[in-house]
Amino acid sequence: MMRELFNFHGGVKPETNKAQSTREPIVVAPLPPHLVVPLHQSIGGTPHPLVQAGERVLKGQRIGAADGNVSAAVHAPTSGKIVAVEPRVMAHTSGLAMLSVVIEPDGEEAWMPLYPSNYRSMQPDEIRDTLRDAGVVGLGGAVFPSHLKLKGARDKRMTLILNGAECEPYITCDDMLMRERAQDILRGAQIMRHMLGAQDVLIGIEDNKPEAAQAMREAARALGERMDVVVVPTRYPAGGAKQLIRVLTGIEVPHGSRSTDYGVQCFNVGTAYAIHETLNLGRPLISRIVTVSGNVERPRNYEVLFGTPMSHLVKLAGGRPDTDRTIMGGPMMGYLMPNPDVPVVKATNCVIAGSRAMFPPPPPEMPCIRCTACVDVCPADLQPHEMYWFARAKNFGKAQEYHLFDCIECGCCAYVCPSHIPLVDYYRFAKTEIWARERDKAAADSARERFEFRTFREEREKEEKAAKLAAKTAAGRQTAEKKAVPAAAPAGDALQAAAAAAQAEGTVATPSAPPQPATADLSAPVAAETAPAADPKKALIEAAIERARKQREAVSPKNTDNLSDAKRAEIAEIEARRAKIREMAKTHDEDGAS
Amino acid sequence: MPGSHTLATVAPRAVMRRPWKSDLNNSPYVRKPASVQSVMLRVLLALVPGIAAYVWYFGAGILVNLAIASAAALAGEAAMLHARGRPMGIFLADLSAIVTAWLIVLTFPPIVPWWITAGATLFAIVIVKQLYGGLGQNPFNPAMAAYAITIVAFPALMSQWPHAGVDFASQLDLILGGERTLDAITGATPLDALRTAMHSAAGTQTVAQVLAGGTAFGLFGGRGWEWIAVAYLLGGLYLWQQRIISWHMPAAFISGIVVVAGLLHLINADQFAAPIFHLLSGGTMLAAFFIVTDPVSGATTPRGKLIFAAGAALVTVVIRTFGAYPDGIAFAVLLMNICVPLIDMKTQPPVFGHKDD
Repeated sequence: MMRELFNFHGGVKPETNKAQSTREPIVVAPLPPHLVVPLHQSIGGTPHPLVQAGERVLKGQRIGAADGNVSAAVHAPTSGKIVAVEPRVMAHTSGLAMLSVVIEPDGEEAWMPLYPSNYRSMQPDEIRDTLRDAGVVGLGGAVFPSHLKLKGARDKRMTLILNGAECEPYITCDDMLMRERAQDILRGAQIMRHMLGAQDVLIGIEDNKPEAAQAMREAARALGERMDVVVVPTRYPAGGAKQLIRVLTGIEVPHGSRSTDYGVQCFNVGTAYAIHETLNLGRPLISRIVTVSGNVERPRNYEVLFGTPMSHLVKLAGGRPDTDRTIMGGPMMGYLMPNPDVPVVKATNCVIAGSRAMFPPPPPEMPCIRCTACVDVCPADLQPHEMYWFARAKNFGKAQEYHLFDCIECGCCAYVCPSHIPLVDYYRFAKTEIWARERDKAAADSARERFEFRTFREEREKEEKAAKLAAKTAAGRQTAEKKAVPAAAPAGDALQAAAAAAQAEGTVATPSAPPQPATADLSAPVAAETAPAADPKKALIEAAIERARKQREAVSPKNTDNLSDAKRAEIAEIEARRAKIREMAKTHDEDGAS
Repeated sequence: MPGSHTLATVAPRAVMRRPWKSDLNNSPYVRKPASVQSVMLRVLLALVPGIAAYVWYFGAGILVNLAIASAAALAGEAAMLHARGRPMGIFLADLSAIVTAWLIVLTFPPIVPWWITAGATLFAIVIVKQLYGGLGQNPFNPAMAAYAITIVAFPALMSQWPHAGVDFASQLDLILGGERTLDAITGATPLDALRTAMHSAAGTQTVAQVLAGGTAFGLFGGRGWEWIAVAYLLGGLYLWQQRIISWHMPAAFISGIVVVAGLLHLINADQFAAPIFHLLSGGTMLAAFFIVTDPVSGATTPRGKLIFAAGAALVTVVIRTFGAYPDGIAFAVLLMNICVPLIDMKTQPPVFGHKDD
């Protein structure tokens, strides 16, 4: 069947370098002496460690529990002894350390008891929890927790897209997986289809992988599933989720939107395979296929346990002596590793051993001549030269106006630039600066908010003391004069103070600010009226807190939906700290009020 | 694999200062073999057919000018790079100065005295290009700025062209500052001849009569000029095939000329020359493929390129027809250069996923 294909703008055709690693079948990589399993391997919260040094674990035993729903669990890739739970350098260029579980394998590969489940008899929520607790995340490289994407749209005809395009040079792990385990991938796709209620299932494969396409077609026939294998032209980045969705359906999912809202959901073929293993076999995600290529004698694909040092793989594949760098991922979007021993994680689709001869340093960066070669290849239809100009000038507002955050960092622009400008580095720099500024702004806002609230509280306490004193004096007089003092007067003063504090929200209030007439802020008296008459003060305070909270929400950081693990971790940490402070401030205030 | 693992991908001596600290190179780790030098080299190559046709019709004097201008451009560039403390080798080798020099020579009369060629080239390189920040930073097209200032300063010398068939020795003599005996060897360009004739005739002669009478005119445009124009067209098509220029600018410039000249011609064929005359005379073809297409000083968005080139075409025909100068391309291009920031800003194409907004 011929399907109408759509085109995406731009793209490039770098040397694919895929043939080298497809000559040999996938083989299981032997156990390394130690496995270092980072707890944070997916987008979202960092899992809590469930084990301690000295404990013994079984293969597949959960060692990190998902932190909330936007997270995925982590498991022991083999049986053995926990040597340490400590920060270790993670698979990221930054060289930062992250809490990891170090396991010394006992060589027995003793599995946990496995409980395969019948997904057809399970509730959708149950399936999602199972996937989360089995640590299933997107294996195309983005490691987004898969359970969060497996939600049907009630009012839309859903299309499930399996991404087997694999457009990055050197990487062949999906190709080999499709060639060798096509039926199991489609069994996973059956579960996805069930979850999404998807009528159409499209499997996008670039036309440089005819064997994989053939294997997938045969598998679909064997399973009796109506799933269309669609061969798409080889053009980087056709395997980008948004580009593949565009090519197969003509739909463009804008930055910041979910594809579900457009009736499409896209998963990597490796993820489908992992879902099959999780539900049909009961095995959690503890390994993946990794291409080992580049400056090695025998490039090929290995089935690798998470935590295996990359150097272990390079040695297996026969790393050449002049190897001086390790790249995780492909040459277009991959990351340079801080050292060769960092562990393979869920995001590791490829390990490229590199040398100076293989990836010579780029020629010196020249000025931009505005030739627009970058515009011609940008798959996001951006004006890369303009974004470069503004990023370079640190004019970040302008860079954002030119849609900096729609950039997918595919590297096409830098690939073709005749001036050899590391354009993507400029965009990463600009994004990082913007995130930092937004964090600073949020922090400053919450500091100001705390300060204003303290001012308000001090003012209120003063009023209360004065009121008490007045009441005492009045009581003393009462005995003499037997006359009631109108209780409304002190309450009215407090009301004025609250209004003043609320009014001062926009600016920094001075502690000695005199109470303003209560007429300025209409919402305060209204709030006081609607609240129980017994305590208008409390209602006012609550109204002020509510307004402060709304203001805080309004300045929460933006642009945070496309971050790397490390950045997310950092932000999460800061947020947690901030939440704690807020909590403390709240309890403190409650103590003060009672 | 050796234990030492250096992050050995640090860039060589940085030509550009980056706004961040690390010199580490991140992905992509592979690059297409492309360079500013190879772009400029192909532009020079594309000019060769035009130069060959030029030599064929007007003699080899132009080659002397090309040498003078190239030397002046490199000297000016080197001096300014030195003064600005910029690396010299890499910027001299990028060939952009040579492209500017050649374009200046190709728009100037081939027998202009050497000091005009050298002076104009130095002005283009030193003032228009380097003082604004060098390669990639000049808001104005250096060759056109040089043309404009020279024609204003030396209008007489800038409008004397050799008759076809003037020998090389005489040309060389003129270039080196020999005395000019008017009419014997020099004359006006076809555009200039037509303009002057129409002006002096003051309504007594039609364009057709002037074109039929004058020796400067060929089949469609100026004699010789029309074939040089065809040679530029060939070079331009090569640049397009090499993806160094996109179709937008030449197409918009040529159709702009055709539309504006065509409208005037339709209104009064006796007074205004036909579009084909405009296309094949003066610098139209050179401008369409080599001058309005200058990436640095031109618009960059697809729609912006169309507006830029069409605007330049409009101004060109208007100056040619109603203005005081024989050819208006230089002024037209400079005028449009001023508008580039606005054009680019207002013609941003929609980005992925926002095409319906």
